[in-house]
Amino acid sequence: MTGRKRSDAKPACRSFIRQYFMLALLFLGFAALITRAAYLQVVMKDYLQAQGDARYERIIETKANRGMIIDRHGEVLAVSTPVDSVWAHPPTLLHEGHSWVRLAELLNTSQSSLKTLLESHQDREFVYLKRHLSPPITDELVALDIPGIGLRREYRRYYPAGPVFGQILGFTDIDDVGQEGLELVYNRQLSGAAGRARVLRDRVGHVVDLTEQINPAVDGQDLVITIDSRIQYHAYRHLSAAVKEHRALGGSVVVLDAINGDVLAMVNQPKFNPNNRLDRKPEQFRNRAITDVFEPGSTIKPFTVAMALQSKLLRPNTLIETAPGVMRIGRSRVRDHHDYGLLTVASVIMKSSNVGAAKIAMMTKPDALIDVLNKVGFGSATGIGFAGEVAGTVPSRKLKPFEHATLSFGYGLSTTALQLARAYTALANDGRLLSPRLIKNHVPVAARESFRPRVVKHLSGMLEMAVSKEGTGFSAQVPRYRIAGKTGTIHKIIDGKYAKDRYRSVFVGYGPATHPRLVMVVVIDDPRGEHYYGGKVAAPVFSKVMSGALRLLNAPPDRDLSRLKEGKA
Amino acid sequence: MLRNAISHLDPPLVLSLIVLSGLSLVVLYSSGGENMDLIYKQGIRILIGFIILFLVAQLSPQTLQRWAPYIFSIGLILLSMVLLVGIVGKGAQRWLDLGLFRFQPAEIMKLGVPMMVAWVLTRHPLPLRVRELAIAALIVCGPTVLVILQPDLGTAILIAAAGVLAIFLAGIGWRWLLAFTVALGAAGPLMWTMLHDYQRSRILTLFDPWSDPLGAGYHTIQSIIAVGSGGANGKGWMNGSQSQLEFIPERSTDFIFAVYSEEFGFIGAVLMICLYFFVVARGMYIAFNAQDTFSRLIGGALSLTFFFYVFVNIGMVSGLLPVVGVPLPLVSYGGTSMVTLMAGLGMLMSIHTHRKLMPQ
Repeated sequence: MTGRKRSDAKPACRSFIRQYFMLALLFLGFAALITRAAYLQVVMKDYLQAQGDARYERIIETKANRGMIIDRHGEVLAVSTPVDSVWAHPPTLLHEGHSWVRLAELLNTSQSSLKTLLESHQDREFVYLKRHLSPPITDELVALDIPGIGLRREYRRYYPAGPVFGQILGFTDIDDVGQEGLELVYNRQLSGAAGRARVLRDRVGHVVDLTEQINPAVDGQDLVITIDSRIQYHAYRHLSAAVKEHRALGGSVVVLDAINGDVLAMVNQPKFNPNNRLDRKPEQFRNRAITDVFEPGSTIKPFTVAMALQSKLLRPNTLIETAPGVMRIGRSRVRDHHDYGLLTVASVIMKSSNVGAAKIAMMTKPDALIDVLNKVGFGSATGIGFAGEVAGTVPSRKLKPFEHATLSFGYGLSTTALQLARAYTALANDGRLLSPRLIKNHVPVAARESFRPRVVKHLSGMLEMAVSKEGTGFSAQVPRYRIAGKTGTIHKIIDGKYAKDRYRSVFVGYGPATHPRLVMVVVIDDPRGEHYYGGKVAAPVFSKVMSGALRLLNAPPDRDLSRLKEGKA
Repeated sequence: MLRNAISHLDPPLVLSLIVLSGLSLVVLYSSGGENMDLIYKQGIRILIGFIILFLVAQLSPQTLQRWAPYIFSIGLILLSMVLLVGIVGKGAQRWLDLGLFRFQPAEIMKLGVPMMVAWVLTRHPLPLRVRELAIAALIVCGPTVLVILQPDLGTAILIAAAGVLAIFLAGIGWRWLLAFTVALGAAGPLMWTMLHDYQRSRILTLFDPWSDPLGAGYHTIQSIIAVGSGGANGKGWMNGSQSQLEFIPERSTDFIFAVYSEEFGFIGAVLMICLYFFVVARGMYIAFNAQDTFSRLIGGALSLTFFFYVFVNIGMVSGLLPVVGVPLPLVSYGGTSMVTLMAGLGMLMSIHTHRKLMPQ
């Protein structure tokens, strides 16, 4: 351009053009900004608002409180307590490397494993760092205020009674979902329904505000069980002492209310503490009283006698010859411990004579005995509403004579401790069989007539004699109360054969004998100590638990002290 | 005496600056999460800014012209020092620790470069000669390169823009301008290879921010969403969910316009853009009416730099331009740029108010 050589007036003109050019440029610039703003804020508004909402609105689940499990008197057995879990927003926390030292220390982990965790989740918005922190650690974390770290309120199940109710209650997993025991069976009722809420969340996922409750969380219902904690504690203490004393493998105690069938106590050994989450073995949390079957042995004899009395084959004072203490049936033999000679029917029970029981049973066809056993519930589950309940077995009707004989003293059928207790409610309750009940709001099942009251009255007397000084169950006696019961010492089946020196010691009975309040079964599995007889191992446990329980229930004593002294003299 | 001093202020400019500063405090209160500490600090900065504006306005354009070489030299020395002994701040060497306060020498150059260019180009009467042009080009390039090395692309662009605008206003021929544009276009690919990776990705994401929504495009997307979801009327002060929930990065500094737009909507955005337009237009008016060439050049360059600031920042926030660290004049939270901006505006007032005292 040649403008450079023009006069002074010309550049002024040229700069005039340049000024307008400048102004035009400016105007265009600002117009562009306003146009862009209009495009975003007017044209694209809906789209961008939806995009924005998608970035901060989330629908989250609001947790329902899990219901408590409480005993018949309102004692809390299982409760969910609030705890905090710490989570991270990996993209944010990855940039906070300087905080990792302290964080790893607090969470009891290493920096490298923290890093690995975060890096493997770096495209995620959420990862748990540690579940269920203890409150002091939570406080320290809050104080540290590390970006990218959040706390989530969760619930941890706590069982105040620890191992005492272990196998009944079961346990929940880390998300508070029932895994075993009542926690599993009644999980639905206990857990309630989680709610949903629309919330505002900020960039790193912290909930800032609750905008709308879509549907509220419905808290779980409490579960009331029929157990009486006081009796349960009692049973727990004496059973564990006995298992220890006799170096036994395990054991169970079941206590039923003799009037309505409520389960008042149910304990098992080895013990299981549901609060201990690290060490859970199935052999510990199995509720043996319901899941394990065994041959009931001599505890069946009263039903053999009841069958004979019921069908009027004999009377209580009918004499049975048991000499010479051995009975040959085909190529097999039935033996007694001693040669008891001529025994009354009552003495067969009192002395627990196998020969006597066999002779009584064989007075008629096997069907009669099998019918009675079925009638008192052997071979059918109690329907108590507990996972894993086993029904046990009663043999079919085609029995060989020797099988018929051994069935009369409790071999060839199997039962759980609970079934055995249920069978004895028929004897404790004037011949009416009760249905055990564990859940308080379950409607009681009507009692079933099994024996004539008169038959039961006789039997009750015999079972009292079995606990007398001359009986096998002497150790089951309870001061000031009359007790009816029967011992059982059963050879265990090991590897399909009856083991010679391995036993299961059982005692089952009820008291006070005149107006029964409680039916109780004690099973001690494989006592390895000096004693193994039911009368020596199981009966003392029965005595201690029954004595404590009757006192707790304020049952009126039915045995006067003078007679007690007389008996001892 | 005081009355005379106050007479050196330009009432329309001062008024619009007060409105902008007031808006700054209002938006900061919301973006900073009701942190009064932030408000006090920014208030004190605004106060210091106005004091500097007041003081600079007292200096005559002749004094400024005399000082130009010294200011430029000091700036150049400090810039070199930053590279040598500058402490590392935010990954880049920008700050010089002077014991009492930290100082960003590049800021001096925002004023020093256009002043020096104007000084060189006005030593001889117009039209421009090639020798002066070459010197002016060196004056622009030197500091720009030094600042790029820090690296601070945003400030470097602002310094270069101030210098180039001064040269342009001096009446460079269209031919030269064309040549310059062609040269810039040719240098483009070369410059591309010199850019840092993050700078490249910022430019790339401008064309398609949604290609990497959690990475490079994150700032732009969040910012666009915030601006757009404000709608016509805005969500109301303190009610911008994107802003309040911390989705907007740097929401008190570089991206404060996003917070403002979300809460005050299109109406608010137009109001603020118009305020800026008024400031720039008034600056240009002052430059056009200046009585000497130095004043005209410096006035025009400063006004256009101010416009450049506003355009780059709002352009970046609304997704028109790549993300570069340029604050929104007078509204963004921060100190150093406030001082140079107010000094520049003070010079504009000086040019305007010393006019009548000059002999015709």
